[in-house]
Amino acid sequence: MAFLEVDRVSSFYDDFQALFDLSLNVEAGETVAIIGANGAGKSTLLGVVAGLLPNRAGSVRFDGQLIDRLSTHARAKLGISLVPEGRRVFPSLSVRENLLLGAYRKRPGPWDLAAVFDLFPMLRERADRSGAVLSGGEQQAVAIGRALMANPRLLLLDEVSLGLAPVIVNQLYAGLPAIAATGTTILLVEQNIEQALVAARSVYCLLEGRISLAGRASELSRDAIVAAYFGI
Amino acid sequence: MEWLNAVVQGVLLGGLYALLATGLSLVFGVMRLVNLAQGDLSILAAYLALAIVQATGINPFLAIPIVVPVMMIAGYGLQRLALNRTVEQGPLPSLLLTFGLAVIIQNVLLDVFTADSRGLDAGPIENASIHLTDEISIGVLSLLTLLVAVAVLGGLSWMLANTQLGRALRATSDDHGAARIVGIDNRHLYGVATAIALGTVAIAGIFLGIRTTFGPSDGPTQLISAFEAVIIGGLGSLWGTLAGGIVLGVAQALGNQISPTFQLLAGHLVFLAILLFRPRGLFARVGARQS
Repeated sequence: MAFLEVDRVSSFYDDFQALFDLSLNVEAGETVAIIGANGAGKSTLLGVVAGLLPNRAGSVRFDGQLIDRLSTHARAKLGISLVPEGRRVFPSLSVRENLLLGAYRKRPGPWDLAAVFDLFPMLRERADRSGAVLSGGEQQAVAIGRALMANPRLLLLDEVSLGLAPVIVNQLYAGLPAIAATGTTILLVEQNIEQALVAARSVYCLLEGRISLAGRASELSRDAIVAAYFGI
Repeated sequence: MEWLNAVVQGVLLGGLYALLATGLSLVFGVMRLVNLAQGDLSILAAYLALAIVQATGINPFLAIPIVVPVMMIAGYGLQRLALNRTVEQGPLPSLLLTFGLAVIIQNVLLDVFTADSRGLDAGPIENASIHLTDEISIGVLSLLTLLVAVAVLGGLSWMLANTQLGRALRATSDDHGAARIVGIDNRHLYGVATAIALGTVAIAGIFLGIRTTFGPSDGPTQLISAFEAVIIGGLGSLWGTLAGGIVLGVAQALGNQISPTFQLLAGHLVFLAILLFRPRGLFARVGARQS
């Protein structure tokens, strides 16, 4: 049984269906990327796993446990941490307070303030700054650090690279191997194919709410990915 | 000198208003919910203290450690069972619900305690005073009320700034969806916020009951004072609430100095002036919210 099992899941925004009978497995300790164009359903899928959105059909199992009916905060307690679209750093909290709040559920593990500051040194200098006055890259680092403070077993990353300069994106992605090395399973969503192929071992490509391609990052041909990405 | 005395008495009166307004300010700050039953809940707390005093003969101050936890539990229950159904649905449902609650509390109190005015007798402290000059003396009870208000607001501010619960309350106020993502059960947290708020309301109600007489229908008057203190100070700012209470108290005392019939009107006029010229209040948060 896989660590995360998404089985024939369908999800809707009111009458609009965003995911169609989508199935996907993530093994423990693996880093998996989901790529796809805008509106392919990538963020919806992460939302269904994290509990932000209900799945109308199908099931989601985490470490063997059915989690469909659990609330978002209950899933966080089990060790599912989402770095949400738009980062959603708390503006009235300082960087340090944002990170400390990540440890709200007091899950034990290797991540604490010092470890997060070591991973993203730029945050150490800005620890007392308000979350409202950070650059996009700093916000993203805070959002990732906040999720790590929960010592997640499954880390969900939603479009880390969105709207950021390539040099910043590289800095953030440089932290992923260190996170994976602690045994954390990572499921990341990207529009940036290059970045996803470097970071992940296996890749799923989503097209209009369905999986159009799946395989090892090293074995997929460029042409196949482009075809699956755009549906040509 | 008379005017200076009026200002001093106004500042002291402001302590009571601040105490009454603290819960309103906290609950609005955390979940954008206006509790119209707040004044009636303070009167309810005063009646609870009265019942305890009548049953046991203890000093009403000693009833505080009993009434506060009772009101806190009631607050948590009220939030989880009723108010949580209305938050995140715009302002109207919660206004209707708390308005209905206010009506219920008034009528239950009327039924149980009759319409007679009652008071809590705290003994000699009620009339004790400290002479500063021949013209200015400070009532010990008023001073105590102000000190308790400062202690309550200071304690709450410290909690919001320095504890994980405080961070969680501020984060939930910012973005309750993101708060859930980090594992915060926001519905439980709302319950905790209302519990704390009703704890402060209970203290306010007992001090009010010791200071003046009260009846079952006195809640709305308290609500208006509390409201004005919160608005004058700036929504969601706890220290602003203290300042707002004091501004209101001073305005009323100065109005009273002009003519006793002018006391309440002066307070309302200052409130209207603030709404007109500084609608976000004296200590409004600019951009991000402060604690």
